[in-house]
Amino acid sequence: MASTPSGKWRSTLIWGSLLAAILVPLGVAALSPLLAWRAPIYIVAGFAGVLAMAVLLVQPLLIGGYLPDLSPRQRRQFHQRTGALLVVLVVAHVLGLWVTSPPDVIDALLVRSPTPFSIWGVMAMWGLFMTAALFGVKWRLKPYLWRVIHTVLVTVIVVASVVHALMIDGTMGSITKVALCAMVLAGMAKVIFDKHVK
Amino acid sequence: MTSELLTRRGLLTSASAGLIAGAIGPVYAKGLSITPTMRGGANNYIPGAPIVDRIGSGGFLMQGTVRRAEDGVPLSGRRIQVWAHTTEGHERDPQSHGATLTDVNGVFQLDMPQIVPAFGQAHGHLAYDDDGEYKTVFLRPLMSSPKVNSLTVDFVLTRV
Repeated sequence: MASTPSGKWRSTLIWGSLLAAILVPLGVAALSPLLAWRAPIYIVAGFAGVLAMAVLLVQPLLIGGYLPDLSPRQRRQFHQRTGALLVVLVVAHVLGLWVTSPPDVIDALLVRSPTPFSIWGVMAMWGLFMTAALFGVKWRLKPYLWRVIHTVLVTVIVVASVVHALMIDGTMGSITKVALCAMVLAGMAKVIFDKHVK
Repeated sequence: MTSELLTRRGLLTSASAGLIAGAIGPVYAKGLSITPTMRGGANNYIPGAPIVDRIGSGGFLMQGTVRRAEDGVPLSGRRIQVWAHTTEGHERDPQSHGATLTDVNGVFQLDMPQIVPAFGQAHGHLAYDDDGEYKTVFLRPLMSSPKVNSLTVDFVLTRV
């Protein structure tokens, strides 16, 4: 299908839209005036968070088969690799913030922070780490059980990440942040609906 | 003129009455609720930051009052320390920290650089860490908007 002219056009449109959905929020964040008053490590930590939100959009699109030109095997491989990338990004986000202000991150990790959004962030982080750990023992789980657990954890990760991001007054632009969050939620909802309800 | 004198006499009378009645002053004869330390208030605190005329090049006003809880009397000469993430530095940077003393009316004012949102919220940090007479208090007030250029924070202290 991708070889026909209309298929090529469709493929370009989908991949282009995805690229825009990732790059526009990142570009807007890169123009934030707050960056002028932040040390490089804090800036890196913030962008790791923004990029992690974008990866949350890619994940359901990959595994749901909504991205063209990929074989089922490739989709699965990329989904696993971007999942690993998500872990790296979240670790970089937390470590970078830790270096910037250790007591604030310790408060967040101990769930005694005055800022509710950090509690949501920590919830999403543990959801992600549990997913990664369970993936390691996936071969011992029945496929159905893995799917149920993965779906529950992904719902926690996505919802908590969206709440986390929306409550923060940071470098992301408010419009692009809401738009990216809406797309992330829609992507997750669609893949859950397609894979489970049908 | 007459009424002014009368008022003054009235005030003096009530003041004397107050003094005779006991240690409670007439104007502040009301107990106040104690300002509790806020969660995260002490984050990035550096004990003993110097008393300064202003932090950095200023532009943002941190102000408030310090009173004691038992009767609301303003406390003068009390040390209040202030720090925040501003246009001139991170919370952890020593140059982002400074302290000031309250005047005779228990009012403190410290000019500092503009506070900017950091760690998700535009917020400041204040500490009453003066001496052993009143309990130490750490505050982490939020700004109503990152655009405002002042923050008013009142302390009501209780004895150790």
